[in-house]
Amino acid sequence: MPRITERFDALRAQGRKALIPFITAGDPEPALTVPLMHALVEGGADILELGVPFSDPMADGPTIQRSSERALQQGMSLRRVLAMVEDFRRSDTRTPVVLMGYANPIEAMGHESFARDAVGAGVDGVLTVDYPPEEAQDYVATLRGHGLDAIFLLSPTTSAARIEAVVRQASGFIYYVSLKGVTGAAHLDIGEVALRLPAIRRRTDLPIGVGFGIRDPETARRVAAVADAVVIGSRIVQEIEVSPRETLLENVRNLVAGLRAGIDMQG
Amino acid sequence: MQLYDLPDARGHFGPYGGVFVAETLMAALEELTHEYQQAKADPAFMAEFEHELKHYVGRPSPIYHARRWSDSLGGAQIYLKREDLNHTGAHKINNTVGQALLARRMGKPRVIAETGAGQHGVATATVAARFGMECVVYMGAEDVKRQAPNVYRMKLLGATVVPVESGSKTLKDALNEAMRDWVTNVGHTFYVLGTAAGPHPYPMMVRDFQSVIGRECRAQMQAMLGRQPDAVIACVGGGSNAIGIFYPYIADEQVRLIGVEAAGLGLASGKHAAPLSAGTPGVLHGFRSYLMQDENGQVLPTHSVSAGLDYPGVGPEHAWLKDSGRAEYVAVTDDEALQAFHDLCRFEGIIPALESSHALAYAAKLAPTLPRDQALLVNLSGRGDKDLNTVAALAGISL
Repeated sequence: MPRITERFDALRAQGRKALIPFITAGDPEPALTVPLMHALVEGGADILELGVPFSDPMADGPTIQRSSERALQQGMSLRRVLAMVEDFRRSDTRTPVVLMGYANPIEAMGHESFARDAVGAGVDGVLTVDYPPEEAQDYVATLRGHGLDAIFLLSPTTSAARIEAVVRQASGFIYYVSLKGVTGAAHLDIGEVALRLPAIRRRTDLPIGVGFGIRDPETARRVAAVADAVVIGSRIVQEIEVSPRETLLENVRNLVAGLRAGIDMQG
Repeated sequence: MQLYDLPDARGHFGPYGGVFVAETLMAALEELTHEYQQAKADPAFMAEFEHELKHYVGRPSPIYHARRWSDSLGGAQIYLKREDLNHTGAHKINNTVGQALLARRMGKPRVIAETGAGQHGVATATVAARFGMECVVYMGAEDVKRQAPNVYRMKLLGATVVPVESGSKTLKDALNEAMRDWVTNVGHTFYVLGTAAGPHPYPMMVRDFQSVIGRECRAQMQAMLGRQPDAVIACVGGGSNAIGIFYPYIADEQVRLIGVEAAGLGLASGKHAAPLSAGTPGVLHGFRSYLMQDENGQVLPTHSVSAGLDYPGVGPEHAWLKDSGRAEYVAVTDDEALQAFHDLCRFEGIIPALESSHALAYAAKLAPTLPRDQALLVNLSGRGDKDLNTVAALAGISL
């Protein structure tokens, strides 16, 4: 069974919700990415989302943009991200890893080589932000052919017809973007999220992760009450940005542990 | 040539174009596509567009025979389509009038735009004032410094100019930031994109609004010469002035279509903005086209003396016209463009924009190789007043 599905099944059996933290690979420096991934798991992460840095991250807010710039300045590339996942897998074979990034670095590598090397490195799923399902049919077939899950976004503005089109191609889980805007924005309205999720659940049995705008344990708890997974990105990237190197891993581990505790208090 | 009916329903020109954006923008683009199709089919909308072009922009713009310059070059005759005589001094306003009318039709009180040199920003601020809309213009922090007069123009016109500090702090980053604003404020905001690029329907819509240039040319050349030109030449950054003059000529295969990119310090130097001449296909800013990128798919910084051509991508229809062989794409350097800039000033009493000077420079190369009875039509897409500081600084003069 694919690692992502296996993880969600196990959590469901325990009545728990998943915590999916995001970090940008290579930020604050490439040597710290694998230690950070382990720190996220120690803090209580269930699935890791690893950002592939891109020069023009159109869907990201300033915090994740800056992390991408820091990583690129240090020579990060998609191939190096895959090497990091391979390194992580030497000591963690159980935690699912999802890559999140933009289409162009993947196209530059080639869909087939990317899918083959990603599976080889131990990647479980890929969220390609700027590949909507209409443009992604062959790509998704390539990913699935190699056993990779294709994660897709749904948003508050997604129509019922588009939800149908997206869930037909999606696997692993659905990532519901909980507000209009870019990553790191404020004003998450949980009542609104709760109202939107049933329309998605009617059309798919896939677990639903909710992200964008979740910054503290209390919000994480409330999101976990309605979703299957809580995705947290900018808040963690911000912690990485401001932490001194000597306490970086500890700070990130504590931050994730706090979010974990919030999520486990739900319901 | 077969009937040309691109793009397809999802915005593809062959393998190029399309919609490559996050799900958060899909609904806005679908709404825009639908509304634009309705407007295009509405005679009242098109009549108002034409009325604005005539009475506000000052169309039709004339075609001028650059006789002294042609004689000095000693070959084909060069004709200039005078888009520099439009209100605000460039072709950009054809598109911003069209999009502002569409914004008003859609009930959006706020417009946003990206700008590089500031020409599209000024054209957007102008129509926002004209139609009483709130206007926010995103501009790379580097460009804000380099283009202070245009920043002040936008402010005079009531626009808010937001300097963009991310990435290379130039046009591509301004475009990223405008997209981020749009996705956040999509309910009441219309994104006035300035070139024939971006996700569908922008490349098609901007082409349609700009193709008034080529339609006028067909009638004007017929009246002046009793025939169409042998070649049409236009500079290509994002490619809106070029597609505007090319489009009505695409089916007319006797007419050569030549797009001129910015070779900057030379294609071999890597310091240029010529994705069609020296790039490879990729995905940026919501569409697939030729792109300046490294082997890892990261977008490369660009260089051109002309801020309006300083962009790493190019409109998808140009990518298609290149691959299909219908149009030719060449590149001229900063120095060649500057020479043409000075020549047009001295021979014809016209100060051209540095962008348009690239098209002029290629015409100056081509004309002497052709007989005197041939006609080259160059799109003089803008006037050069905005470039006086740049040109003076290169000559070591501080204004």
